[in-house]
Amino acid sequence: MNKLEVKNVSKSFDGKPVLKDISVELNQGELVCLLGVSGGGKTTLFNIISGLLTPDSGQVLLDGKDITNQPGNISYMLQKDLLLPYRTIEDNAALPLLLKGIKKKEARKQVSPMFSQFGLEGTQRKYPSQLSGGMRQRAALLRTYMFSKDVALLDEPFSALDTITKSSMHKWYLKVMGEIKLSTLFITHDIDEAILISDRIYLLSGTPGKITGEIIIKEPKPRCEDFNLTAEFLEYKRRILSLL
Amino acid sequence: MLPSPIEVMQAFVSEFPLLLENSVITLQEAFIGLFLGVSVGFAVAVLMDTFGLLYKAFYPLLIITQTIPSVAIAPLLVLWFGYEMTPKIVLIVISTFFPVTVGLLDGFRSADKDAIGLLRSMGANRIKVFRYIKFPSALPQLFSGLRIAAAYSVVGAVISEWLGGFGGLGVYMTRVKKAFAFDKMFAVIFLISAISLALMALVGFAEKKCMPYRNLNKKGEKL
Repeated sequence: MNKLEVKNVSKSFDGKPVLKDISVELNQGELVCLLGVSGGGKTTLFNIISGLLTPDSGQVLLDGKDITNQPGNISYMLQKDLLLPYRTIEDNAALPLLLKGIKKKEARKQVSPMFSQFGLEGTQRKYPSQLSGGMRQRAALLRTYMFSKDVALLDEPFSALDTITKSSMHKWYLKVMGEIKLSTLFITHDIDEAILISDRIYLLSGTPGKITGEIIIKEPKPRCEDFNLTAEFLEYKRRILSLL
Repeated sequence: MLPSPIEVMQAFVSEFPLLLENSVITLQEAFIGLFLGVSVGFAVAVLMDTFGLLYKAFYPLLIITQTIPSVAIAPLLVLWFGYEMTPKIVLIVISTFFPVTVGLLDGFRSADKDAIGLLRSMGANRIKVFRYIKFPSALPQLFSGLRIAAAYSVVGAVISEWLGGFGGLGVYMTRVKKAFAFDKMFAVIFLISAISLALMALVGFAEKKCMPYRNLNKKGEKL
């Protein structure tokens, strides 16, 4: 069933159209990529989904319920981890719970069992400045998870990481996502990344941004190490390039 | 005319009971004034940050309050409020709220816009955004402002005592000046500097306590 559905969303700023008639679906447990060039309106779409921006027309549905223009339903994670430098990792991760009015002690108790799952053991009392980039992204992801346990919006979350860290984060993310039954909508401009991790890819291009294609990656998961060296991979890449 | 350091030391020791008595009065004024000044500064900063119109309307006025020399308004304050503590405290409030307000306003503006957006996406209202992002982001600037305000509070107290009052280090200064007792004059100048430095050190201590996350290395040791 559809976890998240974006229906015919259009948006313009100062009379200049940015998004035109965008429809995107995310099914339970799926990882769907939104692939497009930088500045193509991807982030605008995320702000609409998370309720921070009002679309000119169209709807956002979560579990069939209209959440258009209602912040507080889905959280997102950006390339910038946005961990608060003056709070420990534990309190950063517990932030969504604190915002919901849960007491600090109780919030910490709810977060603490998740630390090992997210590979963050021993960092509870540390401050963000003491962690590496990859660890900080994990902490940011844990915070996103503490907010909405079934849908995550990720906006180029790993693009600031180096290639090697990035590839290990992909593997780790897919594993954790399966364990905690998360559905993910993932923004990226990196074609290889999209083919490696997605179940489906939406291609967003043009001005105003339109969905110009949808590609299903049939390769079963977990995908083997050298999937990106196979002929199928290159075939997917060729199709994407022709559609962008 | 210029006393030797030994004479100054001797004056300091012989006058110590009197200096102490007057310091208590000055410190009392400085603390009350500083507390009120910081509270006013905080309130003004929050209001101006919340309402953009207030910021535009009153920020220039705020700056004008700082261009008026305090020696010029102190006698007026004495005329309006008498020789007791009130005019001193009013003068200290006028001179200490400004660095706090300017520091905080700057700090609030330095808060990460994306972080505020993230909190709003999590359903945080304005008060929560203030508590979790704006206020903690402004702490470094707040403490810079506080340090200046602490120094101003002592100087402000002394100046207003000098221009009219019954007790305090400023009154003591006018007395020793009239008696041409320069050794005592220098003793009290050193005492005032020492008090200002001690107050600033106190602010520095509070700053370290409030922001343990500053200057940490990867292992969690202080740099």
